[in-house]
Amino acid sequence: MEQPNLSYIDTLSGDDKAFKEKMISIIKAEFPEEKAVYFKNIEAKNFNEASENVHKLKHKISILGLEKSYEVATDYENNLKNNHDDAEKETFKIILENMTNFLDTL
Amino acid sequence: MNCIIIDDESTARAIIAQLCTNIPSLNVLEEFQNALQAIKYLNQNDVDLIFLDIHMPDFTGFDFIQTLKSLPKIILTTSDSQFAIEAFEYDCIVDYLVKPITLPRFEKAIQKAESTKIKTEVPTTAMATDDVETLSGNDLYINIDRRLIKLDIPSIYLIEAKGDYINVKTEDKNYTVHSTLKKIEDKLPNDLFLKVHRSYIINIKKIIDIEDNSVLIKKDVIPVSRSNRPELMKRLNLL
Repeated sequence: MEQPNLSYIDTLSGDDKAFKEKMISIIKAEFPEEKAVYFKNIEAKNFNEASENVHKLKHKISILGLEKSYEVATDYENNLKNNHDDAEKETFKIILENMTNFLDTL
Repeated sequence: MNCIIIDDESTARAIIAQLCTNIPSLNVLEEFQNALQAIKYLNQNDVDLIFLDIHMPDFTGFDFIQTLKSLPKIILTTSDSQFAIEAFEYDCIVDYLVKPITLPRFEKAIQKAESTKIKTEVPTTAMATDDVETLSGNDLYINIDRRLIKLDIPSIYLIEAKGDYINVKTEDKNYTVHSTLKKIEDKLPNDLFLKVHRSYIINIKKIIDIEDNSVLIKKDVIPVSRSNRPELMKRLNLL
């Protein structure tokens, strides 16, 4: 499975360490909240709301350089809009776990 | 250029603000997490450029564009490439950036913004979705890929509805335009054109022959609905 990385953030930051720290701090603060809301909506089968949550999470997936995971998230978002969650639900859960583990190391 | 950033995600706002620091000519005045806050700000302040997220809860980027009477240049920022076609219906939109935004792509967008001249008047909702305009007697202008193309009205022989688009067929060429049959019907002279079916308007001067429930125009066989047939027959010079 592809691994999250900071290459996009590093490229954007250049020598600006303060920006890099700010980005990591925002992602570390927002990600658990967005993930929790997503799981809550999936549990309640609020698929439309869950698709909005996936949309937001998708940006963080791309920021962490997870290109294949981003494609999975895009398909999943579309499926949720059509009121079904089966196809990519488990894969998406693994993606979120992968990101959680990575962010814990920062 | 004085600019503002509108995006509900703080990560996205931070990234755009950081990208702006690489362009000396850009001055970020404010950041907003929703479009309504930005509207209030724009009512009292002038800006040259807006970085606008499309996908925001409650009030989308497109809602925002249609709400304001005059707008500066806009660069759309989004995670969805699917809105690109809709985006280019608006004169004020100079570019469309798909997240995650890279510096080279961002610089290109800024160059476009600096070199593009836009109308200061923003299209009304009707103008934004209606790409058909008559400017003088025999001319009809259609908006295709941000170009206004002049058609000679008598040369049009058939218009057919195709979902959100219409196909306009002329003697020389066919055009697909984002508009509706109703909108173009209102722009065409009644004595020349007739809606013969919910999906078709024909130029009655171009009819080759008529059968019970259809007309032949050029090589196209067009259905005539029962309710429109009496009006068609009335318009013909029958022997």
